[in-house]
Amino acid sequence: MINAPFDVATTRSQFPILQLPSERPVAFLDSASSSQKPEAVISALANYYRTTNANVHRGVYQLSEQATFEFERARGRVALFINASHHREVIFTRNTTEAINLVAQAWGGTNLHADDVILLSQMEHHSNIVPWQLIAQRTGAVLRAIPIDGQGRLVLDNIDTLLQGVKMLAITHQSNVLGTINPVAELARKAHAVGALVLIDGAQSVPHMPVDVQALDIDFLAFSGHKMLGPTGVGVLWGRKSLLDAMPPFLGGGSMIKTVTIESSTYADVPARFEAGTPMIGEAIALGAAVTYLMDIGMANIATYEHQLSGYLIERLDEVHDVTWYGPPAGADRGAMAAFSMTGIHPHDIAQILDSEGVAVRAGHHCTQPLHVALDVPSSVRASCYLYTDTDDIDRLVRGLSKVKQLFG
Amino acid sequence: MSDMYRDLILEHHRYPHNFGTLDPHDVSQEEHNPLCGDRIRLDLRIVDNKIAEVAFSGKGCAVSQAAASMLTDELIGMDLDKVREYGKAELLELIGLPLDKNPVRLKCALLSLKALKVGVYRYLGQHITPDELD
Repeated sequence: MINAPFDVATTRSQFPILQLPSERPVAFLDSASSSQKPEAVISALANYYRTTNANVHRGVYQLSEQATFEFERARGRVALFINASHHREVIFTRNTTEAINLVAQAWGGTNLHADDVILLSQMEHHSNIVPWQLIAQRTGAVLRAIPIDGQGRLVLDNIDTLLQGVKMLAITHQSNVLGTINPVAELARKAHAVGALVLIDGAQSVPHMPVDVQALDIDFLAFSGHKMLGPTGVGVLWGRKSLLDAMPPFLGGGSMIKTVTIESSTYADVPARFEAGTPMIGEAIALGAAVTYLMDIGMANIATYEHQLSGYLIERLDEVHDVTWYGPPAGADRGAMAAFSMTGIHPHDIAQILDSEGVAVRAGHHCTQPLHVALDVPSSVRASCYLYTDTDDIDRLVRGLSKVKQLFG
Repeated sequence: MSDMYRDLILEHHRYPHNFGTLDPHDVSQEEHNPLCGDRIRLDLRIVDNKIAEVAFSGKGCAVSQAAASMLTDELIGMDLDKVREYGKAELLELIGLPLDKNPVRLKCALLSLKALKVGVYRYLGQHITPDELD
């Protein structure tokens, strides 16, 4: 019933953690939180420390030149991956959160003024809410949110009104709870028409589908390495070069300067201006390996497969009585994840029992408290898939939910 | 799973003891766990420095609700001085769950104890240190 455009069994065999000897291997359904890593990525990280370890952009010796070459090559791969027009538009950050904070502080600190509006949505992750609150408190800007409907889609009927006075539209490409894939290109067009800039939180979209920053015609894109087969500690901010060039630094320190006196400094060009201090060299190189791995399989192929998984997940959850899942029905605008509740059973209890059945899911508010207020539940259980997820993982989830019902029935 | 969801826990979850509120009361303390939204309110009536009546209400997972139910049984007649000595070790022994390696669920189990400690210390006009909540 599922025809993957690549061999999922072969893919799984390339992930050491999925091959661990165990009486009960884990059905890992928490990839939206952090993905597993293929051997190619683990090797790239280890090989950097084994063979290339040296600081970048400093040494005149060969090892440092090699490390710099690999680090910058990873930047180039990421640029290619998201179709950036120039590799200098790619800034390495710690994660999505830091990338959004960078824009909020460096761009917002200069460009936001009293009563300017930052437009978000009700389904944002806290990482695309709190950084804007911090800069709003400093500048007098105000936050506004696009509401969602009963199927977890943005309500865009009044978008023209909502966009009045907006300087920045900061919105997620794909909800980390509902799985909703938002019409980013359409929103960017409307936002640009009123002179607003557009930041896209791509933490949940970049790992799972082709994302082309030029085709979407957006201004900033933030995403995390660890959700797309890469290591923790590295993320990306992509920004239009003209915008980045005009932004002041975010953090100060080594690497981000041209000249320093005790009184003042001049700053390096982009991207170095936003990469103060020794960066996450090995992690960035390993992210480059993750990007290569994903591109070899093909993001369109991954999206096609996950689209089928999404349909299968919803179909199987529908078979379990008392399960309420959130978000749009399976279709083109839904990613392969589902947050759900079961009548009268707390999400922690569900996740704990699933764990004892070898099924790893997340329970909680998934860093989306305003969304859970809209859903009118304090928390939910979330099962999320990736390219190494197979239907057996989902079948085990459903069998686990039967156990939950047995115990609490 | 059988450890975590043994019959006693499920029984207390389904049919909690001392569930409700007390009005009037001498102590009413609400605590919540922002991670999962669990909420426990603990009401006490104090007579002669002893807990004479107790009730709890709230919403949450089986572990937090069952732990509250079992704890309230234990509290009836307890001297307030003993409340000061009653801690995590005593509660875990009472509910019989192996939560040492599960800090997330430990917080669920300890929510009612936190309400008890904060409420009683406040009633006694005493300051509570974070250590005493561990």
